[in-house]
Amino acid sequence: MKITICIGSSCHLKGSRQVVEKLQELVKKNNLTDKIDLAAAFCMGNCQNGVCVTMNEKMYSLSPETTEDFFNNDVLPSLVAPF
Amino acid sequence: MRKFDTKVQLLKYKVLRTVAEEAYKDTLLKNIVDIPKKIVPGTEATMRCCVYKERAILSERVKLAMGGDSTNPNIIEVIDIACDECPMGGYEVTNACRGCIAHRCEEACKRGAISFDHNQRAHIDKTKCVECGACAKVCPYSAITNYKRPCENACKIKAIHMGANKAAEIDNEKCIACGACVYQCPFGAIMDKSFIINAIDILKKSDDNKAYKVYAVVAPSISSQFMYAKLGQVISGIKALGFYTVVEAALGADMVAYHEAAELVEKGFLTSSCCPAFVDYIGKQFPALKEHVSHNLSPMATIAKYIKSTDPDCKIIFIGPCTAKKAEIKKPEVRPYIDCVLTFEELQALFDSRNLDITSMDEDVLDNASYYGRIFARSGGLADAVKQALAEQNITDFEYKPVSCDGIEACRVALLKASKNVLDGNFIEGMACTGGCIGGAGCLTHGEKSKSDVDKYGREALEKTITDAIGFIKT
Repeated sequence: MKITICIGSSCHLKGSRQVVEKLQELVKKNNLTDKIDLAAAFCMGNCQNGVCVTMNEKMYSLSPETTEDFFNNDVLPSLVAPF
Repeated sequence: MRKFDTKVQLLKYKVLRTVAEEAYKDTLLKNIVDIPKKIVPGTEATMRCCVYKERAILSERVKLAMGGDSTNPNIIEVIDIACDECPMGGYEVTNACRGCIAHRCEEACKRGAISFDHNQRAHIDKTKCVECGACAKVCPYSAITNYKRPCENACKIKAIHMGANKAAEIDNEKCIACGACVYQCPFGAIMDKSFIINAIDILKKSDDNKAYKVYAVVAPSISSQFMYAKLGQVISGIKALGFYTVVEAALGADMVAYHEAAELVEKGFLTSSCCPAFVDYIGKQFPALKEHVSHNLSPMATIAKYIKSTDPDCKIIFIGPCTAKKAEIKKPEVRPYIDCVLTFEELQALFDSRNLDITSMDEDVLDNASYYGRIFARSGGLADAVKQALAEQNITDFEYKPVSCDGIEACRVALLKASKNVLDGNFIEGMACTGGCIGGAGCLTHGEKSKSDVDKYGREALEKTITDAIGFIKT
């Protein structure tokens, strides 16, 4: 699964580096490096609501503080195959 | 509001702006013959002998604004009829010679080229004179002047000379497209080809970034330009032109510095590869040193390559101070990443062709790179960044000895020494323009403050280290 984080100027200033670092850390901690692909983009056209993150074509609005919740509440459940 | 250094730049700008206006309206081909008259109306000549000559030259400028002579591979072209065929007698004694009795000029001349007439006034024997200028330096009346063409004076690598018809002629085998002559010619007879209509075409066909996205990659020297507005307003202006977003070339510079440090340690001796004119100069004049040129792409190409890896269908337009970048994108290793190059002059023309008053716009943000990536814009910045990159990679057992070459003459000296293995250094930072990129021919203004503007912009970067700026990209 691919998670794309915006590293454009606006999101960068709102802490996208910290979001990326947090996600990298969480992916590693949960042994998901082969399941989750972290990618970058330079703008998602939604600068007001940065830090913008896209997963499964859905856009999320994160901050360094909410990244862990996003990982637990949105990323982990998405990894479970839907039946 | 002062936008340019010279009236020549203003004239060039008027042509670019008018061509851009017509290109936006799709009326360029229909109205192309009327453009000169639009710029020089009436019957009174203001620049040349008559309005007809002024218009004839303007139609040549229009051609260059539309890409110039496609059979000439050089980005820099001479407009023959605009060349004033300046006198070029070399050192000559002027009327200011008082016929003194000291005769310092005679003493200074090692060639015995100076003689005196019955009024004790000096004369230079042209068959003996080697144009060293020693006599001119010692004359207490500054009575000895060097009649040298400004273009030849500007071209430190001697790639321009008087052609058969007395107009300036560029030797394409030597020219590195730095644009020094373009900026220095007082008659504007030398111009860089413009690809402004290609940029407009890319923007229009993107259909508001729906067909594909158009990214602007801006050089860090932008911090010394458009001083009549805030940098954030310039970014808003670029987006108002239809660009999807703006990315700092300085982030590419951070990436380059990081990798160049490792490459330097591995190879032991390296020259930088950021300045395309410098790289071209090595290829043309010091081919034996070519293997020592860093294998890194330039910051422009490096960041564009990365952007295209995140968005393969996008188009990227580089905006900077540099005419040689227009030549760089023809290289096969760079062509896939950069679709068009504009100068700051051309960006100003684009703004005004759309009647965008950037001073009234809100400030957008630009922040991708670190301090070190941003200071690439001035001489010495690249060497500082490599030093920092060595430290950040904990490389301590390598003795780093950079030689920062400010301007192509300094580059020549360092390369000559390197070719003879007598250079006291192991890393050559080569910048063809004096001062670095802030001295580029495509800048709107060149000033004393440019360097401090760049340093200030560097310090404003959110990321303080190279590793922090490129942390995500490395993975």
